[in-house]
Amino acid sequence: MTEVIDAHSPAEQPATTELPPLLRTSDFWTDEMVAAAGITSYDMPIVTVGGGMGSFITADYLRVAGGLPTTDIQVISNLSHPWQTYERLATVSQIKQEDRIRSDSASRPDNIWGFPSYALTEAIRQRTLAPLWQVLVEPVFADFYTPKLRMVMESIAVEARRIRYWDMLRRGDVELVRRRVGGGYFVLFADHRVQNPTLQVVRCRDVHLAVGYTGLQFLPELQEFRTTMNDYHHVVNAYENHEHVYHALARRPGTVLVRGGGIVASRVLERLIRDRLTLGLQTRIVHVLRTYFDGPNGKQWVARRRGRDGFAYQGFNYPKSVWGGQLKAEMRNMHSTRRDKVYSDIGGTTTAWRREWQRQLRIARDGGWYRAVNGSVVEVRRDGDGVATRLRIADGELSVQADYIIDCTGLNANVAEHQVLGDLLEHGGAQLNSMRRIDVDEAFGVRGADSGMGRVYVTGAASLGGPFPGVDTFLGLQIAAQEVVDDIARRGFCRRLGPVTSMAGWWRWITGQQI
Amino acid sequence: MVPTLMGRIQTRLFLLALVGAVVTAAITPILPVDGPLHDRYRATFIVLASVAVLGIGWELLYHVCMQWRWEKDWPTMFGLFTLLPEGVLVGFLAVLGILPLLPASVPAWAFITHFLAVWVAVWLFANGPMRAPFIRWRFRGGRLV
Repeated sequence: MTEVIDAHSPAEQPATTELPPLLRTSDFWTDEMVAAAGITSYDMPIVTVGGGMGSFITADYLRVAGGLPTTDIQVISNLSHPWQTYERLATVSQIKQEDRIRSDSASRPDNIWGFPSYALTEAIRQRTLAPLWQVLVEPVFADFYTPKLRMVMESIAVEARRIRYWDMLRRGDVELVRRRVGGGYFVLFADHRVQNPTLQVVRCRDVHLAVGYTGLQFLPELQEFRTTMNDYHHVVNAYENHEHVYHALARRPGTVLVRGGGIVASRVLERLIRDRLTLGLQTRIVHVLRTYFDGPNGKQWVARRRGRDGFAYQGFNYPKSVWGGQLKAEMRNMHSTRRDKVYSDIGGTTTAWRREWQRQLRIARDGGWYRAVNGSVVEVRRDGDGVATRLRIADGELSVQADYIIDCTGLNANVAEHQVLGDLLEHGGAQLNSMRRIDVDEAFGVRGADSGMGRVYVTGAASLGGPFPGVDTFLGLQIAAQEVVDDIARRGFCRRLGPVTSMAGWWRWITGQQI
Repeated sequence: MVPTLMGRIQTRLFLLALVGAVVTAAITPILPVDGPLHDRYRATFIVLASVAVLGIGWELLYHVCMQWRWEKDWPTMFGLFTLLPEGVLVGFLAVLGILPLLPASVPAWAFITHFLAVWVAVWLFANGPMRAPFIRWRFRGGRLV
């Protein structure tokens, strides 16, 4: 249930390396075409593209549950370790190593069983009963237990070593995936770290794509300001490094406009408020919310979600039963039109109710230096050293002077703009679903993209809108990995884990045995 | 725990049959009750079976109650606290000797010890070790098949 992000801003994305027109325009490639283009190729049964959390979790599942050797799986990525992007995005959006992330105790990317949970492990390591008490009484008498960022990152490193992840990793930027005549796929990549990158191709049976988000996202008005004024200093996205804003506020009094009502906005507000309280600053905060939640919201028959002071509160980024309970079962079997309605009923930006953070907000509100405004941004102009923002509110317009604007509205999820996914849509047979992401079935296989005995699977953020809603989370990626590996087993290409082999695998995990 | 109705029932029956039977078999000889061993075993296993059968009705009730929760989850402590209403009902029937095929009415303390031991063991197993052999269980709302 942790939000997973893997973003490259457009500036970072490498230009497509020179590819012969025949290959560029053909939906189906033959071995001869590839050889004639002078591209070196090698074979590998399964390739996973992305190299972030999604690829790691799937590779882990293939190794541990599927029983596949490292020689059967290739991870192609420009990341050096799977938690790289996640950690970077978490830290710039104000989650420190010692902070707890919005993720459940049993959502362990490093452990396919979810047992022992992070709470149990923390209790044993720190020799304290507190985490166990919290998971006993959550969420009624305590906030949901969530693990610390550092603990999660370290646990992934340990598991990656155990499954010999780096034996499977091949550094490279994947450019496209095309179907092969005769079955299977060609995955085209080049290592853009070197001076003159040469194209290489992997000939494989199955491809798994977990490429995260296309890049940073800004509200159109804010994006326009950045590009026309060439000003990347006053208007920032919470997912890019924006420490300069906090440093500037520490030097002299300033006003910050925060846009967004989700978990990232909560973290940013927490930092701003904490800095003001501990350093004695004079920061003023204007919080702009397009949707202002003042009471029960959302819809699930008789149940409603809590809402107050503008925020909608939910333990994790979807109702919890999405990850294996009632909602998951219901949505899996629904017809897509009905499912779309459920997506909108349970959707919406939410944040976690944290007692400590509520206390901080109360202090800020009472002190008069935090104000939540229900409105949308109309225009942003430079005004002296800062920016002047025009907002549209219920009874007209409001003009706000601010030194900085922090946009916390998320990442760009447009799959058509992504290099590999866009190509898959154009040449690979993939289609968009009703949420404008890649249309996948229950096993996360891309509809329309099968090639002979091979399949393409897409998991993570790019697969939102299908039978399973909680895709962009640790547990969601694990659920997806289970579906993918069970599908591969059903097709006869790996084993299907049963109770006895599962316990044996679990014992090997507990004893730290490398596999 | 995020159960579905079918999952609750399957998990309850499976765990009572497995963990419940093991704990019952182990604890019966040391319960504070008179009588020959085979009578004792008969009594404790009938109580166990009653918890299972009545439990199906209880799970239906819990499922309905859960519909009021936004997260559609069944918090860990609910799984522990429900031992009170369930225990009172079965205990009442056992101590009065109303349960079918019971050799004699069950002494209160013997019942309480047995019931608590089975309940806590099942609850602990369901909240942890159950995931080791069954990797799909927690993603299917508690369904085993």
